Amino acid sequence: MQSAGRRKVADLALQGGAIGSGVAAERSRALSKLKLGDSAFRHLTRAAAVFVLLLLSGVILSLVIGSWPALVKFGAGFLVSERWNPVTENFGALAPIYGTVVTSLIAMLIAVPVGLMIAMFLTELCPQWLRRPIGIAIELLAGIPSIIYGIWGLFVFAPFLQETLQPFLISTLGEVPGIAPMFAGPPYGIGVLTAGLILAIMVLPFVTSISRDVFEAVPPVLKEAAYGVGCTTWEVVRYVVLPYTRVGVIGGVMLGLGRALGETMAVTFVIGNAHKVSASLIAPGTTISATIANEFTEAVGDIYTSSLILLGLILFVITFIVLSFARYLLMRIERRIG
Amino acid sequence: MSRATDKIYAGRRRTNAVTMGLSLAATAFGLGWLVLILGTLLWEGFSGLSLRVFTEMTPPPGASGGLLNAIMGSLVLTFLAVLIGTPIGILAGTYMAEYGRHSQLSSIVRFINDILLSAPSIVIGLFIYEVMVYPMGHFSGWAGAVALSVIVIPVVVRTTEDMLMLVPDTLREAAASIGLPRSLMIIRIAYRAAKAGMITGVLLAVARISGETAPLLFTALNNQFWSTNMNAPVASLPVVIFQFALSPYKDWQALAWTGALIITLAVLALSITARALSSSRKQS
Repeated sequence: MQSAGRRKVADLALQGGAIGSGVAAERSRALSKLKLGDSAFRHLTRAAAVFVLLLLSGVILSLVIGSWPALVKFGAGFLVSERWNPVTENFGALAPIYGTVVTSLIAMLIAVPVGLMIAMFLTELCPQWLRRPIGIAIELLAGIPSIIYGIWGLFVFAPFLQETLQPFLISTLGEVPGIAPMFAGPPYGIGVLTAGLILAIMVLPFVTSISRDVFEAVPPVLKEAAYGVGCTTWEVVRYVVLPYTRVGVIGGVMLGLGRALGETMAVTFVIGNAHKVSASLIAPGTTISATIANEFTEAVGDIYTSSLILLGLILFVITFIVLSFARYLLMRIERRIG
Repeated sequence: MSRATDKIYAGRRRTNAVTMGLSLAATAFGLGWLVLILGTLLWEGFSGLSLRVFTEMTPPPGASGGLLNAIMGSLVLTFLAVLIGTPIGILAGTYMAEYGRHSQLSSIVRFINDILLSAPSIVIGLFIYEVMVYPMGHFSGWAGAVALSVIVIPVVVRTTEDMLMLVPDTLREAAASIGLPRSLMIIRIAYRAAKAGMITGVLLAVARISGETAPLLFTALNNQFWSTNMNAPVASLPVVIFQFALSPYKDWQALAWTGALIITLAVLALSITARALSSSRKQS
C-alpha cells in the first residue's frame, strides 16, 4: 500500500507540466483522493486521542455503576465503618483505607529522604564514570514487576523481620510509654510495617530518578556561583539546589505516593489481610488493593462485589487527586526549564 | 584567622562530611536491595529451573510439573495486548505531536494520559471486569488482553509524542515543500525519523505488562490446563506465581520462584534492549 502511494506521488510530479484535459482530470482525481486520505488520517488520529479521554471516563463511569448498589446501601457511612462481614453483607472501608494510608506513609517516610540522598550523591558526589551505571541500576530496580517484590517479601523479608527487627522493636520501642501500642503484639513477620517497608523499596527508584532529573536541571551557573563563594557541597544542595527544585521534588514525591497507594501485588503477599484498624504497626492489616485482589473472585452476592468495586472507586479517586497534583507541579517545573 | 571563624569552618566541614557520608550510605542501601532481591531470585529460581519447566503443564498440588501453559498464556496475552494497544497509542500520540501540538484537546489528553500511566492497575482490572467479564458472563483471555492493552496505550502515547516532538521541523517543512500531503509526511518522514524511539516505547510497554498481575486476576483468571481458547480463562505467569507462592505446597512454591525468575529476566532483557536502542539513537 505504501509503495502504491509512492508511485502515485511520483506520477503527479512527472505530469505536473503536462497540459491536456485528460491528464488534468486524472490529476485532480488523484489529488482529491490524496486529500481524502489526508483528512481521514487526521480524523483517525484525533479519534484515537479522544479515545484516551473516553478510556478514563469509562473507568470512572464503570466503577460508579458497579459500585452503585453498595453506594445506595451504605452511603457515606461506608467510609467510616470498620465492619467487613460477608455473611451479613455488612461492609465498611475504614480498615482498608487506614491500611493504605499507613503503609504508604511508612514507605514515603523512608523512601523520600533516602531517594533524595541518592539523587544528591548521583548529581554532586559521584565520579562521572560511575553515574551512568548507578543510574541505570536504579532504573532497573524501578522496572522489576511488583509481584517479584511480593514473593521476595513473603519468603525472605517477612521471616527475616520476624526474627530480627520486630522482636527488637517490641522489646525496645514497645516499652516506651506513649508509642508502646504502635509496637504491641506478637511478631508475625507479615503486617502493616512489613508492607510499608516493601513499598519503600519499591518506591525508592521512582523518587530517586525523578529527583535526579530535576537536580540535573539546575543551571550550572547557579551552583558554580555558590561554590565560588565558598559553599560546601552540602550547602550548595541545601541552599541552592533544593530551593530551586522544590516544586519538582514534591511532584516526584507525589508521583511515588501515587504508586504506593495503588500498589497491589507487593502488598497483598505480606499484609496479612485482616479487616481491622489496629494501632500496632506489626499487626496484620489490609489495604484497598489487597482486599480487592484477595476477595474479588471469591465474592458472592451483588452487595459484596459492589462493595469491593466501591473500594476500587475510592482508591481511584484518592490516586487521581494525588497524581493530578503531582503532574501539575511537574508541569510547572517543566515550563520553567522550558 | 580568629578562633571563632576556625570553629565555624570546622563545623561546616563536619556537616558536609556527615551528609556526604549519609548520601554514600543511602546509595549503598538502595543498590543493596537490588543485589539482595536479584540474588535471592537467581538462587531460588535457578535451583528449580529445568527443561520440564518449559515442556510440562502446571501441576496439581503435590505433583511435579512445569509452567508451559502459563508461559504460553503470558506470551499470547502480551502479544494481543500490544496488538490492540499500540495502534491506538501511536495514533493518539501522532495527533498530539503533529496535528494538535498546541490545541486544548492535546493538553487535556496529555494530562489524562499521564494519570492513566500511573493509575493503579487493579482498578483497570475492575474496569475491564465491569465492561467485559460481567456482560459476557465469564472470565476470558480476551478480557485479560484488553485489560493489559489499557496499560499499553498510555505508555505508547507518551513515547510516540515525545519522539515525534524530537523530529526536527525542517524535515517536515522539506516534505511539505515538495507537495507531500501531511498524512504522508507523517507516515513516510516523521515516523521513519522517530522509529527507534517508538520501538523503544513499545518495548517498555511490553516490559511493563509482562509482570502485571493485578489486572489479570479477575479478567483472564487462571487455567490449570493448556488452552488456546481466548474465550475461556487463560493461565498467565504472574497469576500462577501469585497462586503458587501463597500455597502451602513446596513444589508450587519452587515453581513460583522459577516463574518469577523467568519474568524478571525477560523484563530486564526488554528494558536493557530498549535502553540500548534509545541510546544508539542519541549518538547517531
